[in-house]
Amino acid sequence: MTEHENTALRWIPLLPLIAAALSGAWLVFGRRALPRVAVIALACGAPIASFAIAVVQVFKLALETALPPDAPYYSDNLYTWISAGDFHAELAFLLDPLSAVMVLVVTGVGSLIHIYSVGYMDDDHREDRGFQRFFAYLNLFTFSMLMLILGDNLLVMFVGWEGVGVCSYLLIGFWYLDDANAAAGQKAFVVNRIGDFGFLLGIFLLFWSFAQAGLPTVEFREMSANVGLLAERTVALPGWLSFLPGFPTWGLLTLACLCLFVGACGKSAQIPLYVWLPDAMAGPTPVSALIHAATMVTAGVYMVCRMSFAYSLAPGAQATVAWTGALTAFFAATIGLAQTDIKKVLAYSTVSQLGYMFLAAGVAAYSAAIFHVMTHAFFKALLFLGAGSVILGMHHQQDITKMGGLRRRMPVTWATFLVGVIAIAGVPPFSGFFSKDEILLAANQAHAIPGHQALWAIGMATAFLTAFYMFRLYFLVWSGESRADHHTQASIHESGKWVLVPLCVLALFSVIGGFFGLPDAYGDLFGVQRSNSLHHFLQPVVHSAEHEISHATEFRLAALTTCVGLAGIALATVMYFWRRDLAAKLAAAIRPLYALVRDKYRIDELYDAAIVRPLRALSSSLLSRGVDQGLIDGLAVNGTAKLVRASADGALKYLQSGFAQSYLVAMLLGGVLLVAWLVRGS
Amino acid sequence: MRTALFWIFSVMAVGSALGVVGSLRSPINSALSLVLSMLALAGLYVLLEAQFVGLIQVMVYAGAIVVLFLFVIMLLNLRGSGAGSAESRPIGKAAGAVVAVGAVLWLVRRLAASRAPWPEVDPTYGTTRAIGEALYTDYVLSVQVAGVLLLAGIIAAVVLAKKKID
Amino acid sequence: MLPFHFQVVAALIFAIGALGVMLRRNMIVMFMSIELMLNAANLSLVAFSREIGNDQGQILAFIVMVVAAVEVAVGLAIIISLVRNRDTVNIEDTSQMKW
Repeated sequence: MTEHENTALRWIPLLPLIAAALSGAWLVFGRRALPRVAVIALACGAPIASFAIAVVQVFKLALETALPPDAPYYSDNLYTWISAGDFHAELAFLLDPLSAVMVLVVTGVGSLIHIYSVGYMDDDHREDRGFQRFFAYLNLFTFSMLMLILGDNLLVMFVGWEGVGVCSYLLIGFWYLDDANAAAGQKAFVVNRIGDFGFLLGIFLLFWSFAQAGLPTVEFREMSANVGLLAERTVALPGWLSFLPGFPTWGLLTLACLCLFVGACGKSAQIPLYVWLPDAMAGPTPVSALIHAATMVTAGVYMVCRMSFAYSLAPGAQATVAWTGALTAFFAATIGLAQTDIKKVLAYSTVSQLGYMFLAAGVAAYSAAIFHVMTHAFFKALLFLGAGSVILGMHHQQDITKMGGLRRRMPVTWATFLVGVIAIAGVPPFSGFFSKDEILLAANQAHAIPGHQALWAIGMATAFLTAFYMFRLYFLVWSGESRADHHTQASIHESGKWVLVPLCVLALFSVIGGFFGLPDAYGDLFGVQRSNSLHHFLQPVVHSAEHEISHATEFRLAALTTCVGLAGIALATVMYFWRRDLAAKLAAAIRPLYALVRDKYRIDELYDAAIVRPLRALSSSLLSRGVDQGLIDGLAVNGTAKLVRASADGALKYLQSGFAQSYLVAMLLGGVLLVAWLVRGS
Repeated sequence: MRTALFWIFSVMAVGSALGVVGSLRSPINSALSLVLSMLALAGLYVLLEAQFVGLIQVMVYAGAIVVLFLFVIMLLNLRGSGAGSAESRPIGKAAGAVVAVGAVLWLVRRLAASRAPWPEVDPTYGTTRAIGEALYTDYVLSVQVAGVLLLAGIIAAVVLAKKKID
Repeated sequence: MLPFHFQVVAALIFAIGALGVMLRRNMIVMFMSIELMLNAANLSLVAFSREIGNDQGQILAFIVMVVAAVEVAVGLAIIISLVRNRDTVNIEDTSQMKW
């Protein structure tokens, strides 16, 4: 086991934690804010150092010959966290190919966004210590995310999982003086709690069933090696669930995986728990980029891939994941068509892309899902940061109907933004093309999933919509004449270098990111063996399904996807560049439908009417007034007091005659009885 | 000889105790009966080889405490209530006497079962020297606590009996 | 004359004292009865001490005497202030200690 031990791993999450703790302690106990230089050094230094350590360790992992090639991993065991009977949960970190990719993405993109935040938050003078508070939260988030990724068992992962939820809440409501922001933070938190409940149930179920099989463990590698113990076990459903498919018994793993998937739905904003993500745009833009696009929202995808050994044995759960992902992708994309807030468009696009990732995970193309996580982190972070740069330039104007013509005023932001848009639209050879293509190919070939052709078709339609609404966004923001008022127009400016450097780096990766996972078919063209390095790197961990498919078919599918994407781009160009009047006419022609889409299908209102308000009414009338005030306060608490008082008033107080001698008699009687009892047997 | 003394003292002690409780004429009579009872008890202590305790009994109880009683009675100029007053409760007395005698008889029966003889004791047993040594070595803390208790009692008595509390 | 005879005497005195406390209404006399009870306990202690043959019972008797002295001092002070305020030593006139 010694060649697997690697104590450098602990510093990857520890450094951001130390930075967060230092600046947080200073916030609480210090008189004034830290000097700006110190904040920047601490806050940006920690993730950059983590990134450096991660790069070194990942290279060691990939190139170390002492490790077994079929399952290379490093682990770092800090201490035994829980020890109960045969069950041990260690606080330990695991670096295997899967977490390696994620760690690089999180620390790399995270560092860039930290740097960007220095420029972005400079603008904010709402409170004197806001700058420092922001970076303390951001570092804490980085720490939690790294715990989530590097944890070697479900419990450590869960700690990180909850940690990122808390940081997300803190950062969405960062400008908490505005009620809307605070409410958005609460909404994110509550919806995530619903998902976390499912996640916890899944953990309990897995632990319990492994313990039943005689192996109480929550450690990923142990579970993966012994998942066969649970393959045949079933759970009997109660009679009132007879409408479910597969009644009366479900596979245990299917049930556990579904529970875990509920957690993933909450964290990764899938139907029906996606409603918090668009609202989460209330937070500062770097937060939207880091948490709500690049890292935290992909935690659900990562978790499904991490548990792939279980999902691969649970076809029902896989189909659910795939279908949920595909439907979410399409549904969110349609909402994205009609949004006018620049960040809202990007938010729905994120939900949609996350749907793609789940579609990939559901059809057992785990490496494609992680590939898309990676490329999406690049281009979506880029787009968000670009949007942030635009927002800075426009003095916190986020309405795209009030933009336009920014291309000459903000050239660098424009160029990087265009790269991001092309990447997400799936134009070869940009990164988004390869990852999306791999997902659609896998869906096309997933014969095990019912209706896989429909899945593929939905994916294609979504690709079209994505290209269309992203280019709609692009044209509305950058081309044509400016629609802002004169006052704003006069002061539109390009952002500073803190903002532009990360943009350029991310743009670079958005262009070349796809070549990490260049499909083997393309590699064969150029004579490169095993060119899909990401897939082969991840394969020992996630066991993606392999497809026997001719290169010709693969190229045909790729061409089709590209055509669909280009069609979307073309339509957007027609409607928003050449014939600007068309869009308004079309909207007028289908007004009811357009209004419905613009109002996000009124899902929020539906949830409000169906869940929130009944729950509130029930709580306030029955639970609060009836149970709490009536039963607990009234009967139990005050009732006890009233009973004592009434019995004292009615009878007991008359024992207190006030005559000292009656007390003396009682005393003596008691003494006599005591003595009699003491000497009773002797 | 000792047996005779024991009987004399016992009858004296019990009789004068009855006198304390039963004299309805005046509290003075009760107090004087109490002195007699204390002295008889002191005699019993001496019979038990506890000479020092007997001595202290005479000094502290008969000489100080009962005198304090007398002093207060005289100070307050208290009268007895006399026979036939509310003080005499024939039914209560009868019942109480029956219960008390019953309890004592029961105790005697229980105790008579263990007729232990007198053990031999040291010649120094109960002497002033022996008690003094014990008090100032093994029980020195108790002695200190008793001293503090007395101090507190004196202060309390002074505070309570003051004419006016400012 | 055996050890238990002393215990019988002690018990008798104790019973008489207890009756006094319960039946008399004159507070001074009640106090004296309490003294009787304490003395009975002392006699019992000293007799047991002699029966066992060590001095602990005598020491305890001393402590009892000290406590008795203190109690008498405080109690009589209370009685004095009562008589000053209410002009009575009848225990039944001091029945304000009730609801």
